[in-house]
Amino acid sequence: MDAAEIHRRLREKLGNSALPEMTESEWATTEVLPAAVAEASRYLKEDPELAFDCLSNLSAVDRKSDDRIDVYYHLYSYGHRHKLTLKASCPRLDPVLPTVSTIWPIGDWLEREAFDLMGVNFVGHRDLRRLLMPEDWVGHPLRKDFVEPEEYHGISTRRESLLKL
Amino acid sequence: MSLINTIPESVVTSKIDDVLNWTRKSSVWYMLFGLACCAIEMMQTGGPRSDLDRFGAVPRATPRVSDLIIVSGTLTLKMALRTKLLYEQMPDPKYAISMGSCANCGGLFQLAYSVCDGVDKVIPVDVYVPGCPPRPEALTEGLLKLQDKIQQERWLVRAPESAAV
Amino acid sequence: MSTTSVEIGLERETPAGLETEEMTLNMGPQHPSTHGVLRFVVKADGEIMRRAIPDIGYLHRSIEKISEKVGYHGFMPYTDRVDYVSAMQCNQGWAMACEALAEIEVPRRGEYCRVIACEFGRIASHLISVGATGMDIGAFTPFTHALREREKINDILEELCGARLTFNYMRIGGCAWDIPPGFIRRATAFLDKFEPLIDEYNELISFNKIYTERMGNVAPVSPEMAIAYNLVGPNLRGSGVKYDVRTDEPYSVYPEFDFEVPIGEGKMGALGDCWDRYMVRMDEMKESCKILRQALGGLPEGPVVAKVGRTFKPPAGEAYVRVEGSRGDMGWFVVSDGTAFPVRTHIRTGSYSAMAIVEELSQGLMIADLIAVIASLDIVAPEVDR
Repeated sequence: MDAAEIHRRLREKLGNSALPEMTESEWATTEVLPAAVAEASRYLKEDPELAFDCLSNLSAVDRKSDDRIDVYYHLYSYGHRHKLTLKASCPRLDPVLPTVSTIWPIGDWLEREAFDLMGVNFVGHRDLRRLLMPEDWVGHPLRKDFVEPEEYHGISTRRESLLKL
Repeated sequence: MSLINTIPESVVTSKIDDVLNWTRKSSVWYMLFGLACCAIEMMQTGGPRSDLDRFGAVPRATPRVSDLIIVSGTLTLKMALRTKLLYEQMPDPKYAISMGSCANCGGLFQLAYSVCDGVDKVIPVDVYVPGCPPRPEALTEGLLKLQDKIQQERWLVRAPESAAV
Repeated sequence: MSTTSVEIGLERETPAGLETEEMTLNMGPQHPSTHGVLRFVVKADGEIMRRAIPDIGYLHRSIEKISEKVGYHGFMPYTDRVDYVSAMQCNQGWAMACEALAEIEVPRRGEYCRVIACEFGRIASHLISVGATGMDIGAFTPFTHALREREKINDILEELCGARLTFNYMRIGGCAWDIPPGFIRRATAFLDKFEPLIDEYNELISFNKIYTERMGNVAPVSPEMAIAYNLVGPNLRGSGVKYDVRTDEPYSVYPEFDFEVPIGEGKMGALGDCWDRYMVRMDEMKESCKILRQALGGLPEGPVVAKVGRTFKPPAGEAYVRVEGSRGDMGWFVVSDGTAFPVRTHIRTGSYSAMAIVEELSQGLMIADLIAVIASLDIVAPEVDR
């Protein structure tokens, strides 16, 4: 099934929650409203003709100039061999999305990483805590306005240049 | 170190320090502390082509029985605290080799927010082996330099006579 | 408080009147295994685990953030460190993502050089994986054999690009250097010596009773579970799903080569158990040798790299590219805004999903089986933490 058809079916199912424009590329991107992500994901997975049984990637992108955080879900279907990118755009100050970890179990860790590094909150996640950074780390490192701390538990993060003699 | 053959058939004389150090340097057991890419080169150094075992260095799993910690790989801030703990668990006399640029000074990860720039911020280092990753020959030379260092240690020293008598 | 065997799902007798308690053990982050700094908090009842909760991040080197600081060309050495055991495929992933953003076409000779480098990297990586599996099970000899063969591959790749482990061989638009004279002869000589050795390894360990008992029937993963957890590469193929990015979503010049995609069949117990995943890797080494012979025999003439400027400024947009790495397909997601520095890079690796499934698989296993599971899933710490 080609991307235009998938986009049309998604629009049919979700109505106004799915935005009308679709970006053409190998992994064509369709955008939905943040609140409709779970419904869209469930439809895309469970419909037998779409059958997107694999969440290949979940990435959060900090668009500081637009004051938004975009979350991209790359979906793949092993049965039908078609692909799709689902995009949801949240406000930067308080990014909240429904979880997809109940639909695709790998979403559990992918969402924890997005929370840890970018600060996106996923409602309904069973255990949203830091994954890669230490538990007592402050801040979300992949954000554009992240400032590195001076020290961590007594270890300074600065080092004098070795070129100074 | 000098060995003097006083009675040619059976007796060799030398200094106690020299003999002690000779036995100690020929049996430096290192702890398997492979963190990142340098760990693979450390394994290859202990492997069949360039064999570390011919210098008496065998890998040990636990810090309690090892003399040497070869910090091979990038030290993150999360790991730095554990490294300190492991180093303190090693019994004296103990040595540390910092292998690779990441352990020496942060290497190419100095731009990172989560990397400790150099293992000498947490433990005292005896030998620095540069490289990214160092070739097995380089690590072997580092071990040989450590052996030279061990050879020059003095255990039985005469107490210095006080000057103002 | 006594434990009920129903919770663990095993038949066990708890002697009457004996109080038992659950232990919480710590495995790692320093441990005698080659998989890197991984930590598990194991909640165990004696030898049998209830769950093993992974704790990762001990090798999180913020590679993705660094891409925003060094730019597209400058990021190539960092891609080696994403999976240092098989670094060539990571180089290719990044190069392909940038080429997709800017629609650059790689010359045919460059593509052939890439395939040769990647397949040698795949053999080297599988050697470490197979050797490390042996070492974790308790057999030290296969590990030294694997290291011996890997040294020869290191020599061949060192001829190509000067480095043994972190190659930095590929560039956006092709490869950095052409193959040196005499390379084809030496590489073919290595393949002639190496292919019979795979059968020797199989005789030595794969059908050994200890191996089959320790790995057969341990932690079987059904195809549906494998897809739901996004297991990729040999892990997915070990569960019986015949999918390989090189054949099913072909890239580069792989459509021109003729090779099989081995899958697990459940010969030693259940489909998708540890033995299946391990055996898929052994068979894949043979297939890589096939591809290499075809590539070395049919190298076209021409340049190895397309003309790309020193400052690489792709048009604004996103690109998601998957390459078949040794541990499964790696997804390289790059977002560009028209400047010389990417807005966001995200690398989704095979070991990440493998680590995520360990918690699920570990329920009811013995602690020693956890080691076999991690070894058969071929998890390396840099892929998990980046």
